[in-house]
Amino acid sequence: MARFIARRLLGMVAVLFAISVIVFLIFNVIPNSDPAARIAGKNADPALIARVSADLGLDQPLPVQYLTMMRQIFTGQLMSYAKDRNVVEQIWDGVPATFSLCIGAAVIWMTLAVLFGYMSAVHAGKFTDRALTILSLVGISMPVFWLAAILLYFLTFKVQLFPTGSYVPLTEDPGQWAYHLILPWLTLAVLYVGFYSRMLRSNMLDAMNEDYVRTARAKGLSERQVRIRHVLRNSMIPVVTLFGLDFGMVVGGGAILTETVYNLNGVGLYAGEAIRSLDLPPLIGVTLFGAFFIVLFNTLVDIAYAGLDPRIRLGEVAA
Amino acid sequence: MSAILRVDDLKVGFATEDGVVEAVGGVSFELQPGEVLAIVGESGSGKSVTAQTITGLTRAPNAKITGSVSYRGRELIGLDDDQLRDIRGEQIAMVFQDPMSSLNPVYRVGDQISEMIRAHRDVSKREASHRAIELLRSVGIPNPERRVRHYPHEFSGGMRQRVMIAMALALEPEVLIADEPTTALDVTVQAQILRLLDQLNRDRDLAVILITHDLGVVAEVADRVLVMYAGQIVEDATLDEIFYDPQHPYTWGLLGSLMRLDQSRTARLAQIPGQPPSLLAPPSGCRFAPRCPHEFDKCHELPALQPRVGGNHLDRCWLDPEDKKSRRAQVIP
Repeated sequence: MARFIARRLLGMVAVLFAISVIVFLIFNVIPNSDPAARIAGKNADPALIARVSADLGLDQPLPVQYLTMMRQIFTGQLMSYAKDRNVVEQIWDGVPATFSLCIGAAVIWMTLAVLFGYMSAVHAGKFTDRALTILSLVGISMPVFWLAAILLYFLTFKVQLFPTGSYVPLTEDPGQWAYHLILPWLTLAVLYVGFYSRMLRSNMLDAMNEDYVRTARAKGLSERQVRIRHVLRNSMIPVVTLFGLDFGMVVGGGAILTETVYNLNGVGLYAGEAIRSLDLPPLIGVTLFGAFFIVLFNTLVDIAYAGLDPRIRLGEVAA
Repeated sequence: MSAILRVDDLKVGFATEDGVVEAVGGVSFELQPGEVLAIVGESGSGKSVTAQTITGLTRAPNAKITGSVSYRGRELIGLDDDQLRDIRGEQIAMVFQDPMSSLNPVYRVGDQISEMIRAHRDVSKREASHRAIELLRSVGIPNPERRVRHYPHEFSGGMRQRVMIAMALALEPEVLIADEPTTALDVTVQAQILRLLDQLNRDRDLAVILITHDLGVVAEVADRVLVMYAGQIVEDATLDEIFYDPQHPYTWGLLGSLMRLDQSRTARLAQIPGQPPSLLAPPSGCRFAPRCPHEFDKCHELPALQPRVGGNHLDRCWLDPEDKKSRRAQVIP
């Protein structure tokens, strides 16, 4: 177990290093991305561009530039080229909104997915199942930006039931916090509710034919106990695995669209701005932030897996 | 002595895309207290479906079940699931073929036994767990205090089957239905499990329905044997009668295909030609007739399961018992 975690931590460092190098290099080969030229203005003469370049350290060789940037990130001193603001602080400021959005959406999507998937499987082939099937296919098919725009138009502009987005800190007013987040939560959760409930349904239908479920019935357990303790419990293993991966993805960048449409000043919105202004320091910052969470949740999933399925032992080669 | 379990004209059909498969076509038998009743037959003969229907495990939207199963005078076929729970595990317990897949892989074996106890009795977790340890000990699992905390995959096949049996005994049922309990096990382990079943039958006066396709297993423990073919019982007799005076040509075929120590080494094992009939449209007369070398015109009619050689020895064959003797000698020396 300890060896497993140590190995995964080393792997994490390697992945993050590789990602930072790749982002850095890509940025340097994109046309029109020279920050000095952008900062110096439209009709700047070469001398001015050269001076800005020297100011930002862009006249140094690439490896030196890379190392400088990494040092600045880890000491929290990396400044954005475009706005001259501290990148780490900006990301840090976005964390509450991003986490509020992602955790809330995750709670909604897991709750509804388990509920819908369970009902669908129990009533397989009947009306409830068919209705939920159609509903989840609709959910899977709706693009986030479109759904968000539609919800905003009808529920905040036409009917004025909800505020038009923006983030209210939890510490300031929990009621307003939740009220402002309801639409973003639903928007982000819809896709996953559909996808997860379909998956749980088919897992449960498979599990219902397992011999141990027949044993559970033969033991004289009630149908409810059989379904929850034996069918659902075993069907949740792959769902939980996927959840870990998807949650990492959502935190690490999957919420960019939702944050942008609802104007939630989280990490995603910041990432969106950085992309639009082709600003390297924030781009590297948010990419590493996202990659960190994706890799972190991957590792957590592997560890959780051993808890969920006792047949799996960490750090051992499968026999 | 009155029977504790009485099955009467039990029919089980499953609707499929191709039509109704009549898995069990009118099975009747009785189980006496403390008796070991073996049901023998090849795959698809309906023996497992018969056994599982007793406790309602074959219920499904596409299943059609008629006839009667009564346990101590209580009819089980019409009971709803809640009422059946009093019977399942409590009165009639079951052990299945593959002990790996029959235990839930994600729970400790002790918890799976406790779960059963707590589903029927109002006892604390601790008490249930103590009981689980005692049960594991009683079926010969060494070091039960440690083993209750293990998961199914940490046991060998034979030990897992012992766990299944321990679980089945948890509520001291009167009847144990063992559905091919030794089929998935090694031969040496098979013998141990059979000995355990035999011992439980004796010590606890437990009535056992033993489903198997292996006549060797039958010879080991059974008191009475039902031979099933294509969803019907073709012969119902005591163990000795089945082995020394079998009446149905299908039973002869089964016995003739057994390996015997007194056989010459070059002799080929006998086999029954052909395939069992499709249960979508079984033959209207004797179901074995299409494969039977002794078939004659009367076989177009379905013979009843009735005594033809006296006593409680029942069979479904039109042949004259005297005529049979010489015919049988050709199959079984």
